[in-house]
Amino acid sequence: MGLAGGEIRMKALVAKIAAAAVVLFARAITAVRAIWPEEGLPSRPCVYFANHSSHGDFVLVWAVLPPRLRHLARPVAGAEYWLKSKLSAFIGRDVFNAVLIERERENRTQDPIELMTTAIDDGSSLILFPEGTRNQTDARLLPFKSGIFHLVAARPDVELVPVWINNLNRVMPKGEIVPIPLICTVTFGNPLRITPNEGKDAFLERIQAALLALSPKPLGSGE
Amino acid sequence: MNTASSDLLTLVFGIFGVLILASAIGYMLQRRFSANGPNAAVDNLNARIKAWWVMVILIGLAFIAGRIGVLVLFAFCSFAALREFVTLINTRRADHWALASAFFIVLPIQYYLLWAEEYGIFAIFIPVYAFLLMPIISVLRGDTERFLLRIAEVQWALMICVFCASHVPALLTLDIPGYEGRNVLLIAFLVIVVQLSDVLQYVWGKLFGRTKIAPNLSPSKTVEGFVGGVISATLIGASLWWITPFTPFQAGLLSFIITLMGFFGGLVMSAVKRDRGVKDWGNLIEGHGGLIDRLDSVVFSAPIFFHVVRYWWSLS
Repeated sequence: MGLAGGEIRMKALVAKIAAAAVVLFARAITAVRAIWPEEGLPSRPCVYFANHSSHGDFVLVWAVLPPRLRHLARPVAGAEYWLKSKLSAFIGRDVFNAVLIERERENRTQDPIELMTTAIDDGSSLILFPEGTRNQTDARLLPFKSGIFHLVAARPDVELVPVWINNLNRVMPKGEIVPIPLICTVTFGNPLRITPNEGKDAFLERIQAALLALSPKPLGSGE
Repeated sequence: MNTASSDLLTLVFGIFGVLILASAIGYMLQRRFSANGPNAAVDNLNARIKAWWVMVILIGLAFIAGRIGVLVLFAFCSFAALREFVTLINTRRADHWALASAFFIVLPIQYYLLWAEEYGIFAIFIPVYAFLLMPIISVLRGDTERFLLRIAEVQWALMICVFCASHVPALLTLDIPGYEGRNVLLIAFLVIVVQLSDVLQYVWGKLFGRTKIAPNLSPSKTVEGFVGGVISATLIGASLWWITPFTPFQAGLLSFIITLMGFFGGLVMSAVKRDRGVKDWGNLIEGHGGLIDRLDSVVFSAPIFFHVVRYWWSLS
């Protein structure tokens, strides 16, 4: 009994140290800077939704959130990817306390929306990537999946905060193993909410536009 | 106590005195002008003063730690500056390994060569070896889109942020007869003259600035600010002759060269910023924008100062 308790505490300690190390490394490489919205961030649990181009995306969002809000925030990530090995399962589950959802509809054992609403009901915020997969195309955003709509349809009071992560895809493009140090910014927009009777397509279009509005203009375009 | 550390101590007390005075003035201006809400100019001034405190303390700690401290400090400055620079250039996937080697191979080697005092390789490592090897690494991926632009930008980033910046700590390697063990004061001299010139140009410009000197590049720079800043920084530089191996006249002449290079370096770097469509290089230092915004003038004056001193004063 005592041993098992000690082991759990040990694991929690290692997870804490690992989280601090990952955040420190991310900061050293990207000098990441947050740009906050005029209205400020909601202090109650909310859903941060961001563009997705790198496995490090949620780390940057997590790293820039003020500690008070960071402790509430849980990334939503694909179970297939994060449960592949013991190490990634440890990082996903123990270090970042991710809400792991199964993406393949056919083999699902748990409903992703239910997992997310449970997390919100427990007082957590979510970091969500509605594109569903990493964007490797030249388009700035992939069309959003409908999960985020079903989530707020079930919890209409929850606020949605758009988050644009800039430059991280250049730090470590797909297939590279050495990151290039580049300055990244994470821009938070004003919180949004679903309006009564808003349809799925209109809602998804509105929040995609809110996210795109945060993306900076391309470099070298002058003034 | 030897003369080097007693001179350094005098200098440190002098700088602390100036900073305390600046902080007091900043505080009074804030009381006077920002009582009913923020005042952009005063807030900017106070942010700058705060950042100078941090800079002075960091450089002071590096001096206390000795040669290794100074090298590590400037290696970190090069790293942060290169990171700001590369963020703004046209890189493509094919440049990944070239850029990774710029950060993790070229930069550490350049500072290692200073540590090992290998002047012969230090002086040509980036202009010759990196210059030829980096495009080779990039070309291996076969992507020719904007190729000349990409390789030129990477080389320019390395020259400015690593090669030129490393000439500040390179002052430690000079062997000047009668000046043994005091080289750290040459760094202090260079940094003080350049920074004071920047500040004094700003102050003279704010007080008497009428005629814009380069409206397309830097709307805040004026002829009055330039002339007043250069003359006053040159006079202060001359009055610091006692920390250098120079006579007062020589110290003034070198300060004049340093301030001119610093001024034009600032213009060149603002032209680069304009070209890339940004106002600041980054946000590393509160009130100062990025690190390059503060280092641009030092980076342009350091290699010239180093070579002038090396040619006329140094044995090696």
